[in-house]
Amino acid sequence: MLKDITLGQYFPGNTIIHRLDPRTKLIWVVIFIAALFTARDYLSYGVMIVVTASIVYVSKIKPRTLLKGMKPLIFIICFTGVLNLFYTTGGVTLVDWWIFTITTEGVKRAVMMVIRILMLICGTFLLTYTTSPMALTDGFEILLGPLKKLHVPIHEMSMMMSMALRFIPTLIEETDKIMSAQRARGADFDTGRLLERAKALLPLLVPLFVSAFRRADELAVAMESRCYHGGEGRTRMKQLHFARRDYIALLAGALLLAGIITMNVYGL
Amino acid sequence: MDTVIRTENLTHVYSRGTPFEKTAISGISVEIHAGELVAVIGHTGSGKSTFMQHLNGLLRPDGGTVYVDGEDIFATKEATRDVRFKVGLVFQYPEYQLFEETVYKDISFGPKNMKLSEAEIDERVREAAHFTGVGEELFERSPLELSGGQKRRVAIAGVMAMRPRVLILDEPTAGLDPAGCAGILQNITDYRRETGSTVLLVTHSMDDAAKIAGRLIVFHEGSVAMDGTPEEVFSRQQELIGMGLDVPQSAAIADALRARGVKLPKSIYTLDSLREAVLGLAEGVPQC
Amino acid sequence: MPNEPIIRIEDLHFTYPGDSKETLRGIDLEIAAGSFVAVLGHNGSGKSTLAKLLNAILLPTSGHVYVAGVDTADEERLLEVRGTVGLVFQNPDNQIVANVVEDDVAFAPENLGVESSEIRRRVDDALKTVGMYEYRQHAPHLLSGGQKQRVAIAGALAMQPRVLVLDEPTAMLDPVGRREVISTVTSLCRERGMTVVLITHHMSECVNADRLIALSDGRVIADGTPREVFSQIELLRREGLTAPATVRLLQTLREAGYDVPLTALTVDECADAVAGLLAAGAGRA
Repeated sequence: MLKDITLGQYFPGNTIIHRLDPRTKLIWVVIFIAALFTARDYLSYGVMIVVTASIVYVSKIKPRTLLKGMKPLIFIICFTGVLNLFYTTGGVTLVDWWIFTITTEGVKRAVMMVIRILMLICGTFLLTYTTSPMALTDGFEILLGPLKKLHVPIHEMSMMMSMALRFIPTLIEETDKIMSAQRARGADFDTGRLLERAKALLPLLVPLFVSAFRRADELAVAMESRCYHGGEGRTRMKQLHFARRDYIALLAGALLLAGIITMNVYGL
Repeated sequence: MDTVIRTENLTHVYSRGTPFEKTAISGISVEIHAGELVAVIGHTGSGKSTFMQHLNGLLRPDGGTVYVDGEDIFATKEATRDVRFKVGLVFQYPEYQLFEETVYKDISFGPKNMKLSEAEIDERVREAAHFTGVGEELFERSPLELSGGQKRRVAIAGVMAMRPRVLILDEPTAGLDPAGCAGILQNITDYRRETGSTVLLVTHSMDDAAKIAGRLIVFHEGSVAMDGTPEEVFSRQQELIGMGLDVPQSAAIADALRARGVKLPKSIYTLDSLREAVLGLAEGVPQC
Repeated sequence: MPNEPIIRIEDLHFTYPGDSKETLRGIDLEIAAGSFVAVLGHNGSGKSTLAKLLNAILLPTSGHVYVAGVDTADEERLLEVRGTVGLVFQNPDNQIVANVVEDDVAFAPENLGVESSEIRRRVDDALKTVGMYEYRQHAPHLLSGGQKQRVAIAGALAMQPRVLVLDEPTAMLDPVGRREVISTVTSLCRERGMTVVLITHHMSECVNADRLIALSDGRVIADGTPREVFSQIELLRREGLTAPATVRLLQTLREAGYDVPLTALTVDECADAVAGLLAAGAGRA
C-alpha cells in the first residue's frame, strides 16, 4: 500500500535526538555519511554499526518502522548487492559458471556494501523521523544562509523543500484514491507489457497533475492571504539555539570521523 | 425479492500490525435486494466508505466475504475483476478522476475496458449522458473546461455507462449548491426508475437520504447501528444526533410539533409529507 | 466608534482577465465592525470572488474596497490590509502549509516579522480559542476535516485580524465538522467581537447571522436580517436558492390562507407558530 510509505515523515517525540538543534543533526548526517564511506574494514564497520544502533535506540524510533520505510528501496539495495557480488574479483573463487564468477572477496564486498547502504538509509531516515520538516528546512536555510550573498535562492529552496514534505502524505493519499476510482472503471495497472502499462498510467497521472496544479494554485492564494511575501523580514517562532548537547554531539561526530579515518589509515 | 449483494461477517483492519492499526468495519452482514435504493449513512470514519469499497472488490476483507448474485467475489482473481463491472462505484468528488481529452472519451473509458464493440460503447455513452443530463454538445469538449457541476455529471456518467447491476455513489452531492444537489438526486432517481438498477447512496446528508431512499443503513463505529425504512430510522432522532448525524429538518419540525401535542403520524420525514399532514390538521381553522 | 463600517465596498466591478463577462457587477456594501454577516449564493454567483477582493488577493476592475479605511488597491499598505482580513478557504488541505499544527499557525505572524516570543503567545492563544491547543504537535493530515478547518481559522487569528472571511468553510465537512466550525466562528463573533463574513450555501448556517446578503449573478439581490431575507421565498426560489424547511412549511400554510408569520426561522419557533395555529382551530372546532 502506498499509505505505508514513511519517507520524509516526522514522528514527534521528546528524546535527546528529537531535541537536538536541526543544524546539529544536518551536520551530523554529513559527518555520518563521510564516516560511512571512509570505513573499510571489520572494526570500523563494527564501530559504525554500534553508533547507528545506539542512535536508533536513543531516538526510540521502532526498528520495525525503519524497516518498513526501507521497503520501497529494496530494489536498489539488492541491485547494489548483486552488482558487487559479481563484479568483484580477488580472493578464493567460490562459484565459476558460464559468465558468473563469485569470489570470497565479492561476497565480502557485497555484504559490506549492503550494510553501508542500510546504515546510510537509517541515518537519513532518522534525521527526517526525529526532526520536524519546518525545523529541518529552517536549519537548512540558516546553515546555507551565507550563500544568499551570492544570490543563491536559499529561502525559496527551503520553502520548496518544506512544501514538498508537507504535501507528500496528501499526494500519496490522492494517488491511492485516483487509482481506486480508475480501477472501479476497469483500469488495470498491474498487468500487460511495458508499453501497455505505461499507457495505463495515463488515467492516473493526468488527474494527479491536474490536481497538483489546482492545489498549488489554492495554496499560493492561501499563503498570500496570510501575508507571505518571500523571505524578507520574516521571523521565526522557534528560534534555533545551540545548547550544550549540540556542542557535545558535534564534538562526538568529529571524534567519530577522526576515529574512522585513523582506522582506515591503519587498515583496521 | 432477489438478493443482489450479501455480505457475511465482513471485517476490515487498516495497517494491520503497525501502531496505526485500526479496525474500520467488523462483522457486517447485510443483504441488498434487486431494485432497492438504499442510503448508507454515517459520519466520517464510521466505516461506510470502507464497506462500499468491498462491494466491488477494491478492498479485500480481513474476515468474512461478499456475495454478488450468489457468487463469492473473492473466490478467484477473475471473480474479483469481473465484479467491478457488475457493481459500479462512483467515488467522492469523482470529477477529480477525469483525464481524457474529450467528455465522450472519458465516459467511454469504462465500457472500453469491458472490451465492448464500438457500437455498444456508443450506445452506452449516449444513454449515460442522457441519464446525467450531459448534453451531446459537450461530447467533444475537454472535461477540464466544464463547470464543477458538469464535471461531476460526466464522472457519474462514466460509471453508469458500464451498466452495472448495482450503482454505488459515495457522497455524490458533496460540495454542490442546493440546485446542483437537487439535480443530481433527480438524475439518480430517474436512472433507477428507467433501468431498474439497484442503487446505494453513501451520504451524511439526512435530507438527501430522506428525499430518495426507501431503506436506510446507518453505520456507527464500524458496525451497522440501524437498518430499516426512513420512518423507523428517523423516529430515533436522539440516537442519530448522538452518532454525530443530522436529522432532516422536516423530521425535526414534526418531532417538535409532536412535543407540543400535535398528533402527527410517525411516517413524516419529508417536507411534502409534513406540509400535507399539517394542512390536513389545519382544516377547519379559520383563515384570514 | 463601534458602528463604523470595518469594510466598505463602493460600486465594485470585477472581471477576470481574459473573461468577457463581469463576475461582479456593481456591489455597494458596508459591513459593521463586530457583526456576523452571512453571504448566500449559488455556485457562480460571485461570492468566492468577493471574498478574494476583501483582502487584496484580487483587486477591483473598477470601484473600491476599503478595509478599516484603507483602499485595498494601495500597494504600500498591502500587508496591513491582509493582516486585517483573515481568509479561510473551502479545502482545508490546500491552506495548511506546515507539517505540524503549531508551525502552521505561526506562519502568518512569521511573515509579518513578529518577534518570536510574541508569535508563541499568539499561536497558543489562537489554538486555545479554536479548541485545538492539545493538538498543537500533531500532523495536520491526520486530523479530521473539522479539526483542520479550526487550525486554518487559528492560522488566520494569529494575525490578529479584525475581520474573518470564510469561503464555504464547511462545504467539504460532515455534520460534526460543520457544527464544530460554525460554533467556533459564532463564538468568535459573539464573545470576542470579531467581524465575521461567512460565505456559504447552507441555509442552516445563516440562521444565527445578524445579517444575510444574497448574491446572484454578481449582484446583491437581498440584504437584511435572515428573517427578512428568508421570508422573500419567491425571490429566493427564482434565484435557485431555497429557504429552510421551517419557512417553506409556513409559506405553504400562508398560501392556503392561514395567518402565520414567515419569520419563524428555527425549528422551535416554527413548531410554536404551527402548534399555536392548530390549537386555535381546536379551540373553535
